[in-house]
Amino acid sequence: MSSHPTHDALRRRLLAGTALGAGSLALPGALREALAQTPLVVGVIYVGPRGDFGYNQAQAQAAAAIKKLPGVKVVEEENVPETAAVQKTMEAMINQDKASLIFPTSFGYFDPHMLKMAEKYPKVRFAHCGGMWTEGKHPKNTGSYFGYIDECQYLAGIVAGYTSKTKKLGFIAAKPIPQVLRNINAFTMGARSVDPSITTRVIFTGEWSMPVKEAEASTSLIDQGVDVLTCHVDSPKVIMETAEKRGVFCSGYHASQAALAPKGYLTGAEWDWATPYNAQIKAAQSGAPMPNFLRGGLKDGYVKMSPYGAAVGAAAKAKADEIKALMVKGGYAIFKGGLKDNKGAVVIPAGKNLDQFDAELEKMNYLVEGVIGSIPG
Amino acid sequence: MSSIPVPAGAPAAEPSAAALKWRALAEPLVPAAAALALTVLLFSAAVALAGFNAFEVWGLIVLGGFGDAFAWQNTLQRAAPLILTGLAVALPAQAGRVIIGNEGALVLGGLAASALGNVLAAAQAGAWLVWPAMAIAGALAGGVWIGLVGLLREKREVNETIASLLMSFIAIALFNQCVETVLRDPASLNKPSTKPLPDALLLPTMPGLDVHYGLLLGLLVALAAWAVMRFTPLGLALRVAGGNARTALGVGLPVVKLTIGACAAGGACAGLAGAVEVAAVHGAANASLIAGYGYTGILIAFAARFSPAGVVPVAILVGGIAASGSLLQRRLGLPDAAVTVLLGFAFVALIACETLRGRQFFKARS
Repeated sequence: MSSHPTHDALRRRLLAGTALGAGSLALPGALREALAQTPLVVGVIYVGPRGDFGYNQAQAQAAAAIKKLPGVKVVEEENVPETAAVQKTMEAMINQDKASLIFPTSFGYFDPHMLKMAEKYPKVRFAHCGGMWTEGKHPKNTGSYFGYIDECQYLAGIVAGYTSKTKKLGFIAAKPIPQVLRNINAFTMGARSVDPSITTRVIFTGEWSMPVKEAEASTSLIDQGVDVLTCHVDSPKVIMETAEKRGVFCSGYHASQAALAPKGYLTGAEWDWATPYNAQIKAAQSGAPMPNFLRGGLKDGYVKMSPYGAAVGAAAKAKADEIKALMVKGGYAIFKGGLKDNKGAVVIPAGKNLDQFDAELEKMNYLVEGVIGSIPG
Repeated sequence: MSSIPVPAGAPAAEPSAAALKWRALAEPLVPAAAALALTVLLFSAAVALAGFNAFEVWGLIVLGGFGDAFAWQNTLQRAAPLILTGLAVALPAQAGRVIIGNEGALVLGGLAASALGNVLAAAQAGAWLVWPAMAIAGALAGGVWIGLVGLLREKREVNETIASLLMSFIAIALFNQCVETVLRDPASLNKPSTKPLPDALLLPTMPGLDVHYGLLLGLLVALAAWAVMRFTPLGLALRVAGGNARTALGVGLPVVKLTIGACAAGGACAGLAGAVEVAAVHGAANASLIAGYGYTGILIAFAARFSPAGVVPVAILVGGIAASGSLLQRRLGLPDAAVTVLLGFAFVALIACETLRGRQFFKARS
């Protein structure tokens, strides 16, 4: 996101003011000192443990990054369920810690919990992870940040496509919701752009965090001949560990799990939440209105790839880097016209490419050609 | 163990009547005080070993859970569902049944309440019709579910503890299936939910308090359960059936009915908790309802020695510890597990110190 112009402009004007004499500068200087003495207190709330090698760790990494900023104090709380408990945690951060900017990072915190608190505390800013904020419907002191991580999944698919020998990939998914389906589809399309004979087997566990089922699904997929595993669950830990133990490759999600699978970790689709966190803090510190809708992909620094692992070949790197460069340049469409689902129906009419920010993609309810599996329910 | 009471060197005379009266009064207090002391000792040691200042930690626990008006509201809000789920375990226990699967009854109660609430809301029914209807729907769903567990036990000799746990898993699967398919609000794309209740039908907070009416409901149900157990023939019959089923049958008590009824009453409490969560907190039924309140209720009931009245203070204590755990994380960076350790120590100490009760020391010699 671009830096906020009013803040820079103000500073420039102040600098120019030097010419007007020391007197005029003394006041803003004192003001600035006073501001530095009362730091911006930022609350970060996690639904699971901060060190989960996944969803929560990605948020905690951003929290760790903003702790280093001058004039910022961070208070954190982990394992906060999506119940009245999170409302009380937000209130406690406001009352007990004097927080004025809160990052409730779990999807389920938004409605009704965060909206209720935002109404009660209109001076506090609430920045939620997800894509829920809607102009005119939600308060101005709330906002959403999210990233187009399917770009990374597409690139990870390319790498998997080059690396797989069995041409069978495995995807362990939590729930068949649009965000998850989009990742499964992007990963599969990336792989099939390398070799159209590649297929992805998908298993839905039904829960965001269910390590036993995830381990069972990993074993089952590997037994079926899958040699690259990836996932969309809150903590990919057990999946990566199982893949490494069984001697197959894996591709990470949310944060880097390279440390868990030093031999088989190819790459991974990671969030880079420091970008939206910084944008919110900059606005809060300067008193600028809250940015309500922050979104971006590789180009904007909202998502990133894990560094390539040892097993990734030169051809895979070259191809993935080439597509990545196109994505960073902007305008690269993953979901192109003529796309078919795995039942043979055309889901995007020919000649109509969907941009990453197209709202159509947020309602995805299909698995593309090449995915073996079906949407339960 | 009957040799403890008389202090060494004291004359072996019978204690005076006044002393015996004091000892009888002390009987329920001594185990609690001992448990408290033991908990403080153990947790302080653990905290100190982890490199934190135990005094600071205890200060924050008191401050975060009970230190000011905000802390109390925080605590009571967290305690509200736990009173009902504690009762859900305590009531079947009166009839000697150990039910641990109330999480399932809770989510089914929430689902039933949400479904009926939406039907009535669509028919433009007012809050004073919708709320009782939702409460009844929730209690019925939970009551029937755990009543089935009681039935399995009484008619088919299926162990109720295991059966209730397995039934809980089935209930949660059923709940997820309904929320994600037939009862799903099509607008809930990334978090499958039932249709949210209109704002006007959400259960408000109590006047002057930032805690919803679910707390009052829990207190009233606990009070009623206590009164029934204490003052009615039904309560006496339940206690006899729970204490010794053979004796109860011998005196002609309907043990099977009593036991199934106690199980159903417990399930109804859990279902009611689910209905309150939907009406007061979530507005809809979705996976957030599966928050573990049902399982926490097991601990609460055990720590309260299955006393319906005792469930209330224990639930408030657990709510307070949860509230202070929040503050400990934010102020000292203690891990979330810290309060779990504290709760663990507290419950082990409570159960261990319970063995002090009933000792000869507290009783007049015959």
